[in-house]
Amino acid sequence: MKKPVKMAWNEPGGSKDDDPWGGSKGGQQGPPDLDEVVRKIQAKFGGIFGGGKGKGTGGGGTSGPGKYGIGLIVLIIVAVWGLSGFYIIDEGTRGVVLQFGKYNTTTQPGFHWHIPYPVQNVEVVNIEQVRTVEIGYRSGGTDQQTTRSIPREALMLTQDENIVDVNFAIQYQVKDAKDYLFNVRDPDLTLGQVTESAIREIIGKSKMDFVLTEGRSEVVQRGEKLIQDILDLYNSGLQVISLNMQDAQPPEQVQAAFSDAVKAREDRQRSINEAEAYSNSVIPRARGARSRMLEEAKGYKQQVIEKAEGETSRFQQVLDEYEKAPEVTRERLYLDTIEEVMNKTSKVMLDVKQGGNILFLPLDRLLQGTNMSLPLGTGQQSDDRQSSGSGQSQQQSNQGSRNSGSSDQSLSDRARALLRSREIR
Amino acid sequence: MSQKQVFLLVVLIVVLLAGLNSVFTVSEWQRAAKFRLGEIIRTDYDPGLHFKMPLINNVMKFDGRILTLDAEPERYLTKEKKNLIVDAFVKWKIEDVRQYYTTMSGDISRANLRLSQIIKDGLRSEFGKRTIQEVVSGERKQIMNILSVNADKQARAFGISVIDVRLKRIDLAEDVSTSVYRRMEAERKRVANELRAEGEEIAAGIKAEADREVTVIKAEAFREAEQIRGEGDAVAANTYAKTFDKDREFYSFYRSLNAYKSTFKDESDVIVFEPDTDFFKYFNQPEAK
Repeated sequence: MKKPVKMAWNEPGGSKDDDPWGGSKGGQQGPPDLDEVVRKIQAKFGGIFGGGKGKGTGGGGTSGPGKYGIGLIVLIIVAVWGLSGFYIIDEGTRGVVLQFGKYNTTTQPGFHWHIPYPVQNVEVVNIEQVRTVEIGYRSGGTDQQTTRSIPREALMLTQDENIVDVNFAIQYQVKDAKDYLFNVRDPDLTLGQVTESAIREIIGKSKMDFVLTEGRSEVVQRGEKLIQDILDLYNSGLQVISLNMQDAQPPEQVQAAFSDAVKAREDRQRSINEAEAYSNSVIPRARGARSRMLEEAKGYKQQVIEKAEGETSRFQQVLDEYEKAPEVTRERLYLDTIEEVMNKTSKVMLDVKQGGNILFLPLDRLLQGTNMSLPLGTGQQSDDRQSSGSGQSQQQSNQGSRNSGSSDQSLSDRARALLRSREIR
Repeated sequence: MSQKQVFLLVVLIVVLLAGLNSVFTVSEWQRAAKFRLGEIIRTDYDPGLHFKMPLINNVMKFDGRILTLDAEPERYLTKEKKNLIVDAFVKWKIEDVRQYYTTMSGDISRANLRLSQIIKDGLRSEFGKRTIQEVVSGERKQIMNILSVNADKQARAFGISVIDVRLKRIDLAEDVSTSVYRRMEAERKRVANELRAEGEEIAAGIKAEADREVTVIKAEAFREAEQIRGEGDAVAANTYAKTFDKDREFYSFYRSLNAYKSTFKDESDVIVFEPDTDFFKYFNQPEAK
């Protein structure tokens, strides 16, 4: 029987070295110490024959054992044979006792005795040790940190004919020592095959996106169940403890495209966030502007109302006084107003009835002058041009022009001077 | 020791050897066949101790457990003429020891070879009927069932029962894999573009809505503001009307005066008038009229 490579850690008997029955795995060969005993017995028998014939090898024959001696030897042989039936079952293991190859009983941990070879022998199976098989990768032999990917196992086809890179580890135990020993040759190797087959079946029934994202736990659950079902079909005596999906990712060749798709998802979110940021900055501002407009309107409302009340109140008061002495008040108001108006403005008085002469009044010039001088702000310049243009009036107006501070002042002076000159004529 | 004793001892040894040769054990995981001068006479042994005739009978034992055939990965063509590399294993068991011995001479590797031929034939015909899609996902289980039933039927002739045929790997051939990778890449690109465009779409929507909301807010604000202003104007007008209506003539006089004041208020305003206005009634003639 060719032993699989994995056997090193598959060995059911955890304590191979200190287990005197470890050699009995083969079933047919006796324990080594028993062999030794047999050899010893044979040697003794040789001695007996030699002694009996009287011409034995060396000096052995001279002191041939008597009847008593033979009995003692037989007794020792029987005792040794009987003692060889004791065995210890460690915690976490079970002993399967076979009588002439037929299953007899299963023994619990502790100290036991069986009828020694060749009648009974014991197979020890470790049922509590958790065994692991890795699919798609191998943990480094000496250094546990490094793992080695095995693409041949890891790359699988999905339902939508994509390829995914999946790593699994399955942990299992021996459920039934008897089944484990008798039903399947290489149960541990079988488990590896079954796991690979079951996982591929399930991945093959799933879509890639499902496997890579939300489907992981479901794949694992269904895998566990399927593997257990198959193991039970074989009566392998194995129990799956857990199936772990270590890693599920797109294959190396397309990883760039996949990560770009992930980035695209981020980009999408970023666009949305930016738009929301815009929205969040624009709308509150609009609300601010709105409340500003409303406040302004309220202010305006208040303002016009107050103004109306103020004006009407003033009018009312004046009206009250006016009603007491209408004539005088009217006269006074009139004169006050006209006086104020006259004080402020430039005036031109025309006594048309007095002279029939054609009057030249350069009103437009006057107006133009003021208009020009005001925006320019350099009254002196325009003044000069003005005065040179106005010819004969220059001399008379000189006096006024000189002591004028502002252009407005000088203008009104000039106008007055002009008026005066006309009247004198 | 006398001659007799030696003779007894020899007899004892012969008897012991004969005794040992006339028993055999069959283990729990074994099947055994007893031969009489080369002819199989019995195969139905339970585990335990059994007897035979020394020299005349001999016994052969076979592994009675479930055995594995792990077939070598091979290429199979699917319906659409694509190459698939398929790896399968078979779980089988010796069912009829007599048959098994006569056809396979009890040789496991020979049985594996024969079985693998059966499985390969089965795989070839089943794969040829199906597309990749069907093989990989849809009908994987059916294929396995069909294969194990057929293989079992054929293997019975060799005293073998096939317990299970399972597909392990179904891989695309190298050239097909490359095109699959390319397709996956293109698909991701499509998804990426879609996502980005979708992001922009949503963003544009959000922005547009925000702009609309801003417009609406402003319009509403305008309406409300105008309403408020109107209210103010109305109240003011009412106030004015109530008060000024008391003496229309005086209002007109008073208002006019105010208007004069505010209209002519600086030197750029030029007033041209004749001296016979009311204001100048004393200008030329100091006596009262």
